[in-house]
Amino acid sequence: MTGALFLLPAFILLGVWLVYPTIYTIVRSFFGPAGYLGTWVGIDNYRTLFTTSTLLTAIKNSAIWVAVVPAFVTAFGLLFAVLTERISWAVGFKTIVFLPMAISAFATGVTWRILYQQNPDQGAINALGRTVSDAVTAPGVLSNALPSTNAFQAKGGGLLLKTPLHPGGVALLGLTGIAPDDMPEGARQAVKPSGKSGAIDGVVWRDFKPGGGKAGVVEQGELGLPGVTVELRDSSDKVVQSAKTEPDGSFEFTDVGPGTYNAGIGAATFAKPFGGYSWLGPKLITPALLIAYIWIWAGFAMVVIAAGLAAMPRDVLEAARTDGATEWQVFRRVTVPLLAPVLSVVFITMIINVLKVFDIVIALAPESTQANANVIALAMWRTSFSGFDFGTGSAIAVFLFLLVLPVLALNIRRFRRDA
Amino acid sequence: MRMTALAGVVAVLVAVAAGCGGGGGSSNETTTGNSSVSGSIKFWGIWAATEQKAFQKVIDGFHKQYPNVTVTYSSKGNDIPTVLSTAIAGGNPPDMADVAQPGLVKQLVQQGKLKPINYAKPAIAANFSPAWEKLGEVNGKTYAFLYKASNKSTLWYNVNVLKQAGVNAPKTWSQMVSEAKTIKASGTPAYSLCGASGWTLTDIFENLYLRRWGQAKYDQLSAHQIKWTDPSVTKSLQDMAQVVGDTGNIYGGTSGALQTDYPTCVDYAFATPPKAAYNLQGDFASLEILQNTKSKPQKDFNVVPFPAITSGANAKAVETGGDLIITFRDSPAIEAFMKYLTTPQAATIWAKLGGFGSGNKHVPASVYPDPITAATEAPLAGATSVAFDMSDNQPASFGATTGQGEWGIFQKFLQHPTDISGIQQQLESSAAKAYKSGK
Repeated sequence: MTGALFLLPAFILLGVWLVYPTIYTIVRSFFGPAGYLGTWVGIDNYRTLFTTSTLLTAIKNSAIWVAVVPAFVTAFGLLFAVLTERISWAVGFKTIVFLPMAISAFATGVTWRILYQQNPDQGAINALGRTVSDAVTAPGVLSNALPSTNAFQAKGGGLLLKTPLHPGGVALLGLTGIAPDDMPEGARQAVKPSGKSGAIDGVVWRDFKPGGGKAGVVEQGELGLPGVTVELRDSSDKVVQSAKTEPDGSFEFTDVGPGTYNAGIGAATFAKPFGGYSWLGPKLITPALLIAYIWIWAGFAMVVIAAGLAAMPRDVLEAARTDGATEWQVFRRVTVPLLAPVLSVVFITMIINVLKVFDIVIALAPESTQANANVIALAMWRTSFSGFDFGTGSAIAVFLFLLVLPVLALNIRRFRRDA
Repeated sequence: MRMTALAGVVAVLVAVAAGCGGGGGSSNETTTGNSSVSGSIKFWGIWAATEQKAFQKVIDGFHKQYPNVTVTYSSKGNDIPTVLSTAIAGGNPPDMADVAQPGLVKQLVQQGKLKPINYAKPAIAANFSPAWEKLGEVNGKTYAFLYKASNKSTLWYNVNVLKQAGVNAPKTWSQMVSEAKTIKASGTPAYSLCGASGWTLTDIFENLYLRRWGQAKYDQLSAHQIKWTDPSVTKSLQDMAQVVGDTGNIYGGTSGALQTDYPTCVDYAFATPPKAAYNLQGDFASLEILQNTKSKPQKDFNVVPFPAITSGANAKAVETGGDLIITFRDSPAIEAFMKYLTTPQAATIWAKLGGFGSGNKHVPASVYPDPITAATEAPLAGATSVAFDMSDNQPASFGATTGQGEWGIFQKFLQHPTDISGIQQQLESSAAKAYKSGK
């Protein structure tokens, strides 16, 4: 009797905070969207759950999370734990790896979102990509420029005039899409060449003046484009000469023999700078989230596994080494099997964590790709508290509960065995 | 909903930026035989800080006319829906309140908590066009009055970019689309879109739909009496595709736009050097420009009404948001204050201070404190049709949920601007589901 009295507070708390909400949520999942209960809809909410594309995406993504994260977190944790056993600055290293655990998942999400920005001027990861990319292929001087008329044809990233030229001909290479601020320094008023016998000359210029101007015509107020490499190709499409333009955009190919030629601007001029990967775009958002999440939890796994390692009997390792086992064999055949209980704790904890994942998705994914990055817990929250459909929201919660249940049962069984 | 909250914040800051100009708000209304009306009014509102001070000046103007009535205003901030519901549940609501959510007004009417304000109808009719009057009606009766309005039908443009391109600020949508090509040729993309904030995309669509088809059809679509697969929707999506499909002319391209939220897109258009020419946001963008860019009004940035699709009345339609005044009780004092708020004087006092717009046709453009505010707010009074954001009338799961429903589908439209029929089917199935379940 006295015992029951002592248990009462615990029972009341469990009843109010766990038993009642669980039962209510299960019951609620069979009723309509609004009100304390709403109208009875049977299993309609569950049907919605498996027929609505955004909710299916959430289920699919959660499956990806479960497949990827626990394995990687455990593997990285094991790797860090084993390696830090052998270095003198282990404490410093462990602190750094564990540090993300001390930051709220929301702050982590915001930080990684900045790192992932597509514009290399804003996102550190793409900035790194640009440094590498620019070292391999430098961006062209007029990377945004476009042909001003359809007198051009595309030629391997560059432009070529469609109309063939003969000696004495004039090539007019007009470009647009160049902002005034991006104009090369020292550019002067463009001048239309008059043509010289035995030569082909021409002009490359910004074929634009306020209002648009006449396309393909060199007009007052339109500047030449200096420093552009112009190529002359013969009838067999071989580059026979190339020239750089003057401050007024003019260029000249001298000593041109008889025949037909094509003039154009090489691909290097238009080479695009590295635009960055769309980490936060619909395709890469889930991998981007997984990386950030693994970064957070690897430290947790490392600490737990390191504790397991510390408690491991050393004589077994010594015995294996004495028997001539290589370090890899010791790790593979002795360390890992002995650590198996600890590894499975980490693994199971991570499965439960990952099924419940919510905050990092909402913080890291921009609104436009949150539908692509959706996970079960986020879908439950959105459906309930943005869409005010508490029936379907409850159904999602019950579904999530059912998914966690077997993992939980496994964990409880392990506790019992350990006890 | 979210827009109105934003507009509110912006309005506060605009008022700050405007330096609270006139300072006096001195009104020279005549103090006539109104002393027979007496009583006190408890008024709860969203307006805080600068806005609260401005509204206090409006109240002072009323006190001069009705010396025996005391209006006590207290600010409840953006939490007012929650605060009101709690007070109503406790049986102690204020006498009057202002709320930014038409949906909340409707809900309170259905619960029988609001008093009709039919006594104010003649005063409203004398000062406002019928379109404004209708905004306060629920089930054919007038319950609310839109005192403080914002204009979401505006186009912001970078003056320098347009000058370099040699084009004028567009009056029509087709003019804007064709000039966009010239702007691109001048070397700057024409559009800065905020694709990461879904509501900015639905705002553009709503403006286009309102401009092309007028208010009657707009209201029907809002209420899902017209299906989203309707040819009228097809046409308006085609209009919109002229912009969202011009991918080479959007700053950052499609994927960049999808990661740009509001207000970053506004900053892009008015950054130095400018990254785009046009931004299609409502009047609240001015504050962002003033605060976070170096652009100067008129010299660097300016505003015109959202481009017209057809000539005629629809060209002057306005999508609006704002604060609605509602009453929980009836008394001669409340009646007097409500009528007072519909007058040009009550609007002018605040309009002079900035951060305020009024649909009152007797409020001239000259009362607004600066040319930009005059340009954004004056069209309110001339609007023949006025409509709230569609999401105010739609179930939230369709009209106002991040990444889902209308917002999410318009983001898909930005990614696939040619798949108009597919987008329409997605909109219709999502809308049908939401309207069926009622939430």
